[in-house]
Amino acid sequence: MKHILKILALLVAISACWIGLLQASVIPESYTWLLPLYFIVSLGCYGVLMVGVGLMQFPTCPQEALLLHQDILEAKDFLKNKGVDVGSN
Amino acid sequence: MGNEQKENSNKYSIIIPTYNERLNIALLVYLIFKHLPNVNFEISVVDDGSPDGTQDIVKQLQSVYGEDRILLRARPKKLGLGTAYIHGLKHASGNFVVIMDADLSHHPKYLPNFIKKQMETGADIVTGTRYVKGGGVHGWNLMRKLTSRGANVLAQTLLWPGVSDLTGSFRLYRKSVLEDVIGSCVSKGYVFQMEMIVRATRKGYNIAEVPITFVDRVYGSSKLGGSEIVEYLKGLIYLLLTT
Repeated sequence: MKHILKILALLVAISACWIGLLQASVIPESYTWLLPLYFIVSLGCYGVLMVGVGLMQFPTCPQEALLLHQDILEAKDFLKNKGVDVGSN
Repeated sequence: MGNEQKENSNKYSIIIPTYNERLNIALLVYLIFKHLPNVNFEISVVDDGSPDGTQDIVKQLQSVYGEDRILLRARPKKLGLGTAYIHGLKHASGNFVVIMDADLSHHPKYLPNFIKKQMETGADIVTGTRYVKGGGVHGWNLMRKLTSRGANVLAQTLLWPGVSDLTGSFRLYRKSVLEDVIGSCVSKGYVFQMEMIVRATRKGYNIAEVPITFVDRVYGSSKLGGSEIVEYLKGLIYLLLTT
């Protein structure tokens, strides 16, 4: 099944729940009408939170630049001895 | 544990698209040979007519390491990444294929990890991820990290891709799987990498991940402008609707 159909099915299920709530009048109607808005805002806040958390925990590796530099020196040395032209670009 | 000593009878074809990577390709080849001492592999350099003499360097490397270990698959001009992989796949004699960048942002020291992960899990694809513990990025400023993280959250929410790093291009594929997936991909650039992994997920292939570190060496040049963000969003919508 195409992915978009899965998402649409999910939205249809959520809409059905929402309409059911409207009919059943378990919650005051004025509140129920606003539920989709609350849902979208919560989704947005969750997204922003995930971006923020991910940004704070973003894995960095400063030591890798140094290791790479050493690898480059080692490689240049070996290749020069084997006759490969390793002058810079 | 028995796995480490098990004979690895697989052959790995490492496909590296190049354009003006005269120095980097030599360094990369040295590092690959250094980190895969007991592995049966070949390196396939797909060069798009580099004006800086990359192909001459590849020929010098062939005389050092052997023409059976380093293949030069030249093309007349820049023809795109997807077709570069397809070009490299023809005449690739391995049963597994590794794709990686030529600019040393992908370090060959992780190649044994890819191979080990694949043998342990029997995965069809092993993809390198920069975004988990053990992985990482160096050389990105805050803005770049922000856009990367934002793009990732958006893609995860919309596509449910099952991998943590969608745009990464350091991957190990079972050759038959790569041939199958690449045939159905039409995007360009990094959206192409996303399309590959999403289509593979949709087709039910077994995908494993290994952490990798990524050293961005294009310091100071902003690779993410407004037009790139628009391209990315268009790519996301396209993938949302067609996969």
